[in-house]
Amino acid sequence: MPASASLALPGAAPLRATDSPGYWGTVWAQLRRDPVAMAAAALLLLLVLAALLAPWLAPADPYKASMIKRLLPMGSPGHWLGTDELGRDMLTRLMFGGRLSLLMGVVPVAAAFVIGTSIGLFAGYVGGRVNMLIMRTLDIFYAFPSVLLAVAIAGALGPGLSNSLLALTLVFVPQVVRVAESVTTQVRSLDYVEAARMSGAGAFAIIRVHVLGNVLGPIFVYASGLLSVSMILASGLSFLGLGVKPPEPEWGLMLNTLRSAIYLNPWIAALPGAMIFITSVAFNVLADGVRSAMELRT
Amino acid sequence: MFFYILKRLLYAVPIALGVTLVSFMLVHLAPGDALNAIAPADAPADVIEALKSAYGLDRPLPVQYGLWLLRAVQGDLGTSIASGRAVAGEVLSAVGNTLMLAGMASLVGVLVGCVLGALAGYRSGSAVDRIATVLSVVGVSIPHYWLGLVLTIVFSITLGWLPAMGAGSDGSAAWLWDWQHLQYLVLPAATMSVIPMGIITRTVRALVSEMLNKEFVVALRARGLGEAAVFRHIAKNVAPTVMAVAGLQVGYLMGGSILVETVFSWPGTGFLLNTAIFQRDMPLLQGTILVLCMFFVALNLVVDILQPLIDPRMVRA
Amino acid sequence: MNTSPLIHQDRGGPKQALLEVRDLKKYFPVRGSFGAAGKFVHAVDGVSFAVAKGQTLGIVGESGCGKSTTARLVAKLMAPDSGSMVFDGDGVDEFRGIALKDFRRNLQMVFQDSFASLNPRLTVAQTIAFGPQVHGMSAKDAERLARDLLMRVGMEPDQFGARYPHELSGGQRQRVNIARALAFDPRLLILDEAVAALDKSVQAQVLNLLQELKAERQLTYLFISHDLHVVHYLSDQVMVMYLGQIVEIGPVERIYGHAMHPYTQALLSAVPSMDPAHRTMSSPISGDPPNPIDPPAGCRFHDRCPKAQAICQSQAPRLMVVATDPAHQVACHLNDPHAGHGNAPSVEYAATALNEVSA
Repeated sequence: MPASASLALPGAAPLRATDSPGYWGTVWAQLRRDPVAMAAAALLLLLVLAALLAPWLAPADPYKASMIKRLLPMGSPGHWLGTDELGRDMLTRLMFGGRLSLLMGVVPVAAAFVIGTSIGLFAGYVGGRVNMLIMRTLDIFYAFPSVLLAVAIAGALGPGLSNSLLALTLVFVPQVVRVAESVTTQVRSLDYVEAARMSGAGAFAIIRVHVLGNVLGPIFVYASGLLSVSMILASGLSFLGLGVKPPEPEWGLMLNTLRSAIYLNPWIAALPGAMIFITSVAFNVLADGVRSAMELRT
Repeated sequence: MFFYILKRLLYAVPIALGVTLVSFMLVHLAPGDALNAIAPADAPADVIEALKSAYGLDRPLPVQYGLWLLRAVQGDLGTSIASGRAVAGEVLSAVGNTLMLAGMASLVGVLVGCVLGALAGYRSGSAVDRIATVLSVVGVSIPHYWLGLVLTIVFSITLGWLPAMGAGSDGSAAWLWDWQHLQYLVLPAATMSVIPMGIITRTVRALVSEMLNKEFVVALRARGLGEAAVFRHIAKNVAPTVMAVAGLQVGYLMGGSILVETVFSWPGTGFLLNTAIFQRDMPLLQGTILVLCMFFVALNLVVDILQPLIDPRMVRA
Repeated sequence: MNTSPLIHQDRGGPKQALLEVRDLKKYFPVRGSFGAAGKFVHAVDGVSFAVAKGQTLGIVGESGCGKSTTARLVAKLMAPDSGSMVFDGDGVDEFRGIALKDFRRNLQMVFQDSFASLNPRLTVAQTIAFGPQVHGMSAKDAERLARDLLMRVGMEPDQFGARYPHELSGGQRQRVNIARALAFDPRLLILDEAVAALDKSVQAQVLNLLQELKAERQLTYLFISHDLHVVHYLSDQVMVMYLGQIVEIGPVERIYGHAMHPYTQALLSAVPSMDPAHRTMSSPISGDPPNPIDPPAGCRFHDRCPKAQAICQSQAPRLMVVATDPAHQVACHLNDPHAGHGNAPSVEYAATALNEVSA
């Protein structure tokens, strides 16, 4: 919905601007008053910018190795955060690493959101036997703990970026479908959907105008909670050697390769994990904030 | 009640079957022949053929599945390609280790989580509440494999109090509950406990503070009930949900232990899984996944059955 | 979409009942545990009635008597298990009858829960404009129609048009629901406990609005309620339901003045009277209503009826015309001289031919 919603239906040309900001507008207004969530948002913005602008902002080449400069401690001249086991600048590697790590966090969740919502909406709206069939099939996937499933799929497909993205998407889709179907079933039985059916509108129009807008909120909240899980899992896969392959910079992979260095320079080895932790906390705090904002606006 | 249990049991069967199917198919997802792990690439054709029939890889897939399933039900999960030992035996000894680890981690995590959550729920908005909230966010956001590394750095390398890896010199076969052995368990269990702790703290806190605002609590206090009695009422209301969440956490830890076990070289199922993947040891991989998932399914079943015993409202049709 | 406001295609003429319902049945399967499948809740069990044009038919009964289910069946939100409907002489959903989408323009419904009836994401005007747009009206025209309707139900469009449901009071929301229903230019309006959740003073305003609209637009109402005072105020005809069946139907003054069925009599006497000379001392109905799952043979009310006799337990009474007023029908053995009830009038008294109203 456009921020200045008019009397026209979503999708129709706006007839007249009013002062009503629409649903997401009020959520945003509520969120702005939450200092913790705003801090998390600012932090995330910083991390994303650092990752996006890494090619221009980073001090060194992430692939350039130097055997003399191995494992320099933090604060060394020219290398604020030290160097890794192959002499590459840590700060640079961390900034570049953010690109892949953030990507692996966001892409599977976004894909699962789209796919899962579609399936869940369909199952929830249609109901009956079709619904049962879909949900029972998905029940089999719930029988796998997510880490195990991700590792098993990634392990079966082999290491690589696209394989891990696929594996993670496959792990998250059933979870999103479950939430989407549950919410859609609830909304479907509400009086205003019945009233919409009474208007003679077709299923697509009803879903688009009445169901979708009311269902996306909770699904979005759930999916945003998955962002940190996805990042941690993705980096975990790389940590095991199943995700990104060296010499690509990625936080989980860096944890893996730096592991042997913990006896020599322990805190350098911990740095990439700290990045995962910080990003993950920021995601979760922001997601919590959005959820509270959504609850408070009514 | 009996019918309810029967229904849940019957319902678990197709799920279990589906799990076996997925476990089986997963391994065959891999591009490239499973043979690459067994035979070198330049082996002569007849050797490859012989190996193929020895491992039953020349039969069509559904037949392979059927045979594998049949043997699995009898307890024969095949032979590990890498080690030559029976898969079932390897998995069983590994399961014991993981069970110990997951069990200890769950216990600690759930207990601490309940205490913290209850405190936070009672003193909503206070410093305790804020600490508990922070801790639960941390617990849910922290990459536990990283936490393991950090704890190793602090307690093993810097302070030297605890060993960094392994389960003891004799391995898990000779486990005793003495400090000699327990010291190996401390760090991995502490690391893993953070996950359930975060989730349980958050759950308990939300439930307790919601309960305290309910009218029946006001009614109880108005009738002169002391705080201890009110707490018992609240505990009874909160228990079923917490139990369900805790049960699932145990399953999750069992299945998801691979990361922490890799960090600490703990000889559990996760570690075994790691080995199986990298050595492309198909029977071992299938067998391990199967056992872990069956565990999870069984655990879910137990939780489903126990829930209505504690909370009669929760009988799901 | 026909945008001119008051053109009703009156196909059947004034004598044709606007709505005729014949032998509607709806049974809901009970989700039994393992062995108890096959039982049904007889929610609506053979209901037949007719509503004349321009009339208001009030449907009353206790909770669970099937009145809301009947409403939903008439609105075609649910498919009946058996039975048929005739709208202004045309069968609905039949070969040569009215298509469902056109039918929707003729018949609309206002629900009880004013808040749940409105999509929280749409402004009030958008909600009203949705229906006409479904039937082909342009967005501009729909907006204008929405504003006109809001004005008509007593809400200033500039002030209320852009508001969301949670920003309105219960009475205002219900007006919006009425406006939304009117946007289709319907001929029949079903009001399912539409004023039940409102404060009394607000109720009065909404009821007066409904009366005005009915006169202006030549509407026909199906008014479902458990509140007997309101039904008395609004209805021309009243239908009393019990456990999925009609027990009595007739003109409002007959029902309220000379109720024939023991259940109706009990309901009416249970209403607290404003007259201190007529205080209610004893409870007219005793016992609990029987299980709606697989109801027993015979009259469903017999175990709570003060006038029940042996015949009532074995044989179910049919809806029959009352001798003194052909428009008044009741389903009770007391009314049927041939039934064998000790207190029924004699055959000579009931000279009017028995007129059954069932399929």
